[in-house]
Amino acid sequence: MVLQTNLQHVASEKDVLEVINNNENVMICCGRMGPMCVPVYDAMEDMEKDEAYKHVAFRDMLFDNPEAAIIRNAPECSGFMGLPFTMYYKNGKVVKATSSLQSMEQVKEVLNAEFAK
Amino acid sequence: MDNENAISFYIKDGIFAINKISMNTDFDVIIIGGGPAGLTAGIYLARAKMSVLILNEGSIGGQMVLTHQIENYPGIDSISGYMLARTMSKQAEKFGCIIKSNTKISKLELEGEQKTITINDKENFTAKVVILATGGKSRSLNVPGENNFSGKGISYCATCDGDFFQDRDIIVVGGGNSALEEAVSLTQYASSVTVVHQFDHFQAYEHAIEEAKANEKISFVMESEILEFSGEQNLQKVKIRDKDNNIEDKNIDGVFIFIGYIPQTEFVENIVELNSWNEIVVDDKLQTSVAGVFAAGDARATRVRQITTATADGTVAALQAIEYILK
Repeated sequence: MVLQTNLQHVASEKDVLEVINNNENVMICCGRMGPMCVPVYDAMEDMEKDEAYKHVAFRDMLFDNPEAAIIRNAPECSGFMGLPFTMYYKNGKVVKATSSLQSMEQVKEVLNAEFAK
Repeated sequence: MDNENAISFYIKDGIFAINKISMNTDFDVIIIGGGPAGLTAGIYLARAKMSVLILNEGSIGGQMVLTHQIENYPGIDSISGYMLARTMSKQAEKFGCIIKSNTKISKLELEGEQKTITINDKENFTAKVVILATGGKSRSLNVPGENNFSGKGISYCATCDGDFFQDRDIIVVGGGNSALEEAVSLTQYASSVTVVHQFDHFQAYEHAIEEAKANEKISFVMESEILEFSGEQNLQKVKIRDKDNNIEDKNIDGVFIFIGYIPQTEFVENIVELNSWNEIVVDDKLQTSVAGVFAAGDARATRVRQITTATADGTVAALQAIEYILK
């Protein structure tokens, strides 16, 4: 399975570390091409075009990729039982993690709270 | 025609340039909803040289994107709902439709010859015709704890989340085809599946009922309803009330909810006529109770809700809209 989105994909643990260390604000959605994941990718694609969120790097990662263990096994995701796992990093640290479908409004709420300019 | 000016910047051949562009805010037709009904209407209208704006609240494709594999759409052997939605959306844009997704309708003025729609509390668009193609959304139980444990024990998608419940005890709520089929599918992961249903009979087709009843991992709790979800970090317990008002606290690892869909029509309440199920009432031309306002797809009163019927509705609504505009 591949992620058929227009987002930039991260494919390895090294990629994840690179993107979170080189960008102050990062959102990574780790999922499959399933019903609960697609709306989150779509919202991210829209926000990526939005001037208000130019300070955020949006990425996705395939949940079944063995290298996605960096997200799947993150302590912030313990107890998560719904795809996608969505991680928000500020200065390389996890500031928020959510499980399952999130609406654009819910995502914006997190971005505005955690990545305020 | 009303125009709103916008400025864009670009670099061409190393030269920084400013481009002033006009954004049209007046259309022949505005379609609310970007599922199969809305996108099909858009394709037909744009091909007939109508100016079309499609406003969509969530993801393009509506409930179609919630389907992993579609194998009953004629002419296509098998396709994911996501890819079919993408293809329809590209097709609509190719013919000239403007699509705005993740918008929120703030105000609707549908009476009279010119219809006005305000989105995100700030942008106004006008049109001669509006097509309501807002589709439906999954029904939730709306009981305490449901939102807190979504993704932490409560799920609405067996194919997405089933593998998190390996060797766990789970509940499936519902009595329709989705509930019973997904209950069977979840037995490949879970150690036990309890189907909790509010009535004394199922609404599912007989073959789905038989298959569920024949599965040794599945048990049934009929005429009962879930009152509350509780737990610490994750879901741990549900409160279930039976027909005699006895309340049981049941330890559980997960709950999958499949209790049908509701039409997304809250925003047109008191604007167009709705029936007692909040579906939009239409005539045989798919016109609503308001002249120049048509409805198509799952949001309208209809018995069969499929991608094929939604696209058929989109076609009819588009052709009727053209006739309405040209008369």
